[in-house]
Amino acid sequence: MKRTFTPQVLLLPAILILLLGMGYPLVWQVVTSLQKFGIQQQFGKPASFVGVDNYVTLFADAELWGVVARSLLFCVVTATVTLVIGMLLALLMTVVTKTARLILQVALLLAWAMPVVAAMTVWIWLFDRRRGVVNYLLDLVPGVDMNRFNWLETPTTFFIVAGIIVLWMSVPFVAFSAYAGLTQVSDEVLEAAQIDGATPWQRLREIILPMIRPVIMIVFLLQLIWDLRVFTQITMLQDAGSKSGAFDLLGTYIYKLGTRAQDFGMASAVSILVLAITIALSWFYVRSLLREEEA
Amino acid sequence: MRRSTVVRTLWSALAVVIALGWVFPVYWMVNSSLLPTSRLESFIPTFIPFGGSLDNFTAALADGDFYSALGMSVAITLITVFFCLVFAFFAAVAISRFRFRGRKSFIVAVLLVQMLPAEGLFIAQYKMMSSVGLLNSVGGVSIIYIAAVVPFTIWMLRGFVTGIPVDLEEAAMVDGLSRTQAFLRITFPLLAPGLIASGVYAFLQAWNEFTVALVLLPAEASQTLPLWLRGFVQASATRATDWGQVMAASTLVAVPVIIFFLIVQGRLTSGLVSGAVKG
Repeated sequence: MKRTFTPQVLLLPAILILLLGMGYPLVWQVVTSLQKFGIQQQFGKPASFVGVDNYVTLFADAELWGVVARSLLFCVVTATVTLVIGMLLALLMTVVTKTARLILQVALLLAWAMPVVAAMTVWIWLFDRRRGVVNYLLDLVPGVDMNRFNWLETPTTFFIVAGIIVLWMSVPFVAFSAYAGLTQVSDEVLEAAQIDGATPWQRLREIILPMIRPVIMIVFLLQLIWDLRVFTQITMLQDAGSKSGAFDLLGTYIYKLGTRAQDFGMASAVSILVLAITIALSWFYVRSLLREEEA
Repeated sequence: MRRSTVVRTLWSALAVVIALGWVFPVYWMVNSSLLPTSRLESFIPTFIPFGGSLDNFTAALADGDFYSALGMSVAITLITVFFCLVFAFFAAVAISRFRFRGRKSFIVAVLLVQMLPAEGLFIAQYKMMSSVGLLNSVGGVSIIYIAAVVPFTIWMLRGFVTGIPVDLEEAAMVDGLSRTQAFLRITFPLLAPGLIASGVYAFLQAWNEFTVALVLLPAEASQTLPLWLRGFVQASATRATDWGQVMAASTLVAVPVIIFFLIVQGRLTSGLVSGAVKG
């Protein structure tokens, strides 16, 4: 008798903390996204329900669409480039000497281990307008004049810098995961293919990539989700550059709505939008994992 | 044979060059932290810190808030790691050793919850903590951190528990141990690597977390190390940025984590992989 309810008891602490830390805020967020917050609410008047008004306002808001489009573009481009570079580095690891592989792996680990706030301060220093080493090195190239070039001044260069930093920090995870996947590909199969006359490119496309496909899929989806919600990087770059709306992604946009404007209703509506995008993305991941579970 | 050796050497050289490029920002942080501001202000960068000193570190450590931030970070991290491990351990055992109604829903919930971005929930978490008076407290942040980290640690530990054959326990039960005894004596010790890997994961998450801390710890007196570092940069930027000190402060925050990470990374990566690939 006792055995039948044991697993539920074991799950209880985890369920309770999840309900408290994530579940309740999620419900609150949904409810609040249907409410109107204004000046009066800052003085304690309860917010009134306005139905889907906030969403209607949002969807009519060009600024929000700008932020959504920018966030999606940023996340897709950064995640894709991260995946490609990570895969290439993983492939590189399979063809180099043991020493070279170790050197590369240690370098990647160092970048991976950097706390994001510390990494951001270093990168901002590297891209510093006047004394930054990036401008100094680019300046050494004949015909290039980058001295005092302010990378954080225009949105395009701002997000290029943000992308480079995110890339630097996330490639190691992809490279290690892909390399772990590659080491699972059996040497015998590859040798057999080579004897049968398969070119390296054919071996990559026909054998290696299909075999590590599950790893690639998971890693790519994780990157998409993580890159959709870059907050620390953008906030700290804004500290060093401009805080104007043109430099916002979804995370900083919500933060500004919630903390500065105290417009919890609108902030919640945008949050729900982010959650919806995230869940839509992760749904594929969850489904594919569950399918493996069944098998 | 000879040609393949040449090719391998070329690829190896490329790998080393990439490695040097990749590690450069970390090197640059340490390098700059050792140099006086006067030398960092030069238009020609100093690439090797000859004649460097630890003065920047002394200055950064003299910032009164460093020690309180360190204390906050240590307290929050310890609480998060401890409760995450206990809760995740129970849950992982439940879903990998028992078949019961709602098991699958729980797994789906865990998977989905770990995808929820802090950036989508912080407004609600702020209101929640402020209404119960837990803003600027270790407890408030810890609750959110545990909830945020526990799904992934469950997932990771589940891989490890599943990896230990039930046969071992069953054999012990045939020998007269109860199910619980068999689990504790046979399986639990084999789980040590999994617990370490998950604990390290929780540690890194809690120690480095910025967003939730920023929202739930608005008071200067209660900031964690990442918040302290950001504040330090901002304070320094009101003068002409004192890059030497800022880099020393970054190094102070980063180097302990990096060292710790390098020691345990093998276990961490195998844990990440086993959580992801074991059915």
